[in-house]
Amino acid sequence: MRKDLITATIAIVFFTLVLGVAYPLVTTGVSQVLFPNASNGSKIEVDGKVVGSELIGQDFRGLPRYFQGRPSATGYSADVTYFNNLGPNNRELSEFFAEELDTYLKREGRYVPGLTAADVPVDAVTTSASGVDPHISEANARIQAHRIAAVRDLPLDRVLELIDEHTDGRFIALFGEPGVNVLELNLFVDKELHKEAHR
Amino acid sequence: MIQGWAQIVAFLVVLTALVPLLGGYIAKVFQGERVFLSPVVGPVERFAYRVLRVRPDEGQDWKGYARSIVVFSLLSWLALYLILRTQSVQPFNPEGFHSGPWNLSFNTASSFVTNTNWQYYGGETTLTYFAQMAGLTVQNFVSAAVGIAALAAVIRGFAARSGAALGNFWSDLVRIVFYILLPISFLAALVLVSQGVIQTLDGSQTFHTIAGGAQTLALGPVASQEAIKELGTNGGGFFNVNSAMPFENPSGLTNFVELLLILIVPASLTYTFGRMIGNRRQGWALYAAMMAMFVVGVAVVYLAEQHGSPAQHHAGVLTHAFDGSTGGNMEGKEQRFGIAESSLWTAVTTVTSCGAVNAAFDSLTGIGGLVPAANLSTGEVIFGGVGSGLYYMLLFVLLTVFIAGLMVGRTPEFLGKKIESREVKLVLVGVLVTPLLVLFATAWAVASPDGTQSIYNPGPQGFSESLYAYLSQANNNGSAFAGYTGFVQPDAPGNAGAYGYDFANLLGGLVMLFARFLPMIAALATGGSLAGKKVAPAGAGTFRADSPTFVVLLIGVVVIAAALTFFPAFLLGPVVQGLTDQLF
Repeated sequence: MRKDLITATIAIVFFTLVLGVAYPLVTTGVSQVLFPNASNGSKIEVDGKVVGSELIGQDFRGLPRYFQGRPSATGYSADVTYFNNLGPNNRELSEFFAEELDTYLKREGRYVPGLTAADVPVDAVTTSASGVDPHISEANARIQAHRIAAVRDLPLDRVLELIDEHTDGRFIALFGEPGVNVLELNLFVDKELHKEAHR
Repeated sequence: MIQGWAQIVAFLVVLTALVPLLGGYIAKVFQGERVFLSPVVGPVERFAYRVLRVRPDEGQDWKGYARSIVVFSLLSWLALYLILRTQSVQPFNPEGFHSGPWNLSFNTASSFVTNTNWQYYGGETTLTYFAQMAGLTVQNFVSAAVGIAALAAVIRGFAARSGAALGNFWSDLVRIVFYILLPISFLAALVLVSQGVIQTLDGSQTFHTIAGGAQTLALGPVASQEAIKELGTNGGGFFNVNSAMPFENPSGLTNFVELLLILIVPASLTYTFGRMIGNRRQGWALYAAMMAMFVVGVAVVYLAEQHGSPAQHHAGVLTHAFDGSTGGNMEGKEQRFGIAESSLWTAVTTVTSCGAVNAAFDSLTGIGGLVPAANLSTGEVIFGGVGSGLYYMLLFVLLTVFIAGLMVGRTPEFLGKKIESREVKLVLVGVLVTPLLVLFATAWAVASPDGTQSIYNPGPQGFSESLYAYLSQANNNGSAFAGYTGFVQPDAPGNAGAYGYDFANLLGGLVMLFARFLPMIAALATGGSLAGKKVAPAGAGTFRADSPTFVVLLIGVVVIAAALTFFPAFLLGPVVQGLTDQLF
């Protein structure tokens, strides 16, 4: 027993130094040298200023000139994260879906005549798990393309092209689902407009 | 859905192909043989023995082995509790966090020492980087190593031809950490970083967005913790939303890697077992039984989630898949994972005792949520936790052998060793402790106002949350129907004004501790009891445990034991929700 106590005490100090200090610090050092951008959050800079991360979605609500991300329980907070946590038979959740569906149809229906609930992809009205899902589905993006083309005065074909360019595919064409990166897409639409203006 | 099924099948094929490779390697590590890492790790191993002052060849009987485990875990608990209580004075604390309430620290320390990683706290809003690294990451390693070491000892007992020694705990601990867990974690962490998982000591960063608002990115040493969190079937997220957070799991690639990390050790250990007892067929038989139960779970949760939820259908949301949209219940799921990868993860993380999530369990459909609960109710024997899953399954194997023996009227034996009264009693203790703890804790939690204050959702979902909370903690899993609350954090910096619920934190903490160590000790005692038994040669009347008949029988025993215990409870929660379209 006494021997166990002594060995256990030494073991805990030893493993704390090796696994709790050396391992994470060495991993940090190697990561910072090999993958400086990825290890620090894959940040996107515009004119030398950080405007976001490739991997973290942002809130574009109320701005019709931008593609809209998925609903978020946290308002796209990337420093206080939590799930929506409402159950599958929750009345409040059902009412939330109905409101989101209505908002979506009103917002996009102006630019896509005949748009009905049957055309709206599920990701457009459900909250993501992380609250900062950077992606929307391709179907969702293609519907929103009509609005962006009209508001930004861009050809629809060009907007659809941009969507394809900013779709992250599956891993080896098999694992995961394709998603359109909303922040990157919006940054590109801004840039595209800039180019058009200077042509 | 074909694409979805293809993802699931491809994952299982890759997993199965890796099982003999890692399983054989682990067997060599258990037996102290030379492996390809020996030239590098050997000196470290010998240095560790000198520091710890242990002689690796000094065998311990089951009592000595169990005592070392208990003492080590107890002191680990104290060390972790101390770290969680002293956050204000720690280095690597860029956000200036203070410690949370003591009852929360009690729960968290119990949670990480028992390989559970149940989390009432949110990591990025309450913990210093020091606590995450020197506290939680360390326990992620050593609590996993304790489980694997206990299994190594139990297997030695099953395989022994004579004597009572089950190996040396300290040398098992050192070897498992340095030959298995640390090298794989380090490599996996770098792979994850290359794909966007963060690894930095910088504090959070705030910037202006192009939409005219502001966003703050919480940062930290995530990848180093992420790798061992999956590999050791721990599951405690650096972020509150766990592996749904893009900084923990940014793509289809990382999701695949992390799924593999979760299952690879528990799955490979079946092969290790087969090798060490000198009957590989027996290892594959256990693998087959586990895989069969696992596949059924994946299929059910995938079909249920693809169907969508009543909340969606009532709101007029169309849940069919069509070109460019996954369809299904995407509430609480990430677009990059969709329905298939979220469903696969849900099953993987609950058959193992990992508990990391990439989707919100509280928002699963009724039947979709029944699957993780059912997986837990087996006692985590479908692959299960690293080490703990297999030693628990071996108890079920003995139970099956015993029942089969009763049916045919022969003395039950396994691997040529007679299973007698003492072993059967130990098996029953091991197998019954966990379900009893679950049922009593849940009953108390739903019958007392102290317990019900944790509930978030109205109606049957509130019951499901409570039941799942104690299923998860007792089976050392750690996943949650996360609306269930044990910690309230006002919108104030540095944990100021935060408080925890005594009932949820203390009951949960105690359940985790008892449900971890009592079955472990019972398994070790069983191994010790079998170690000294003579091996009788197999005769014509021997009931072979490596046959398909036995696999079916074993599955039957596991499923029936779980169903007899939990069926009524499941009816009240997930089943009701799965059968009704009504809203609550």
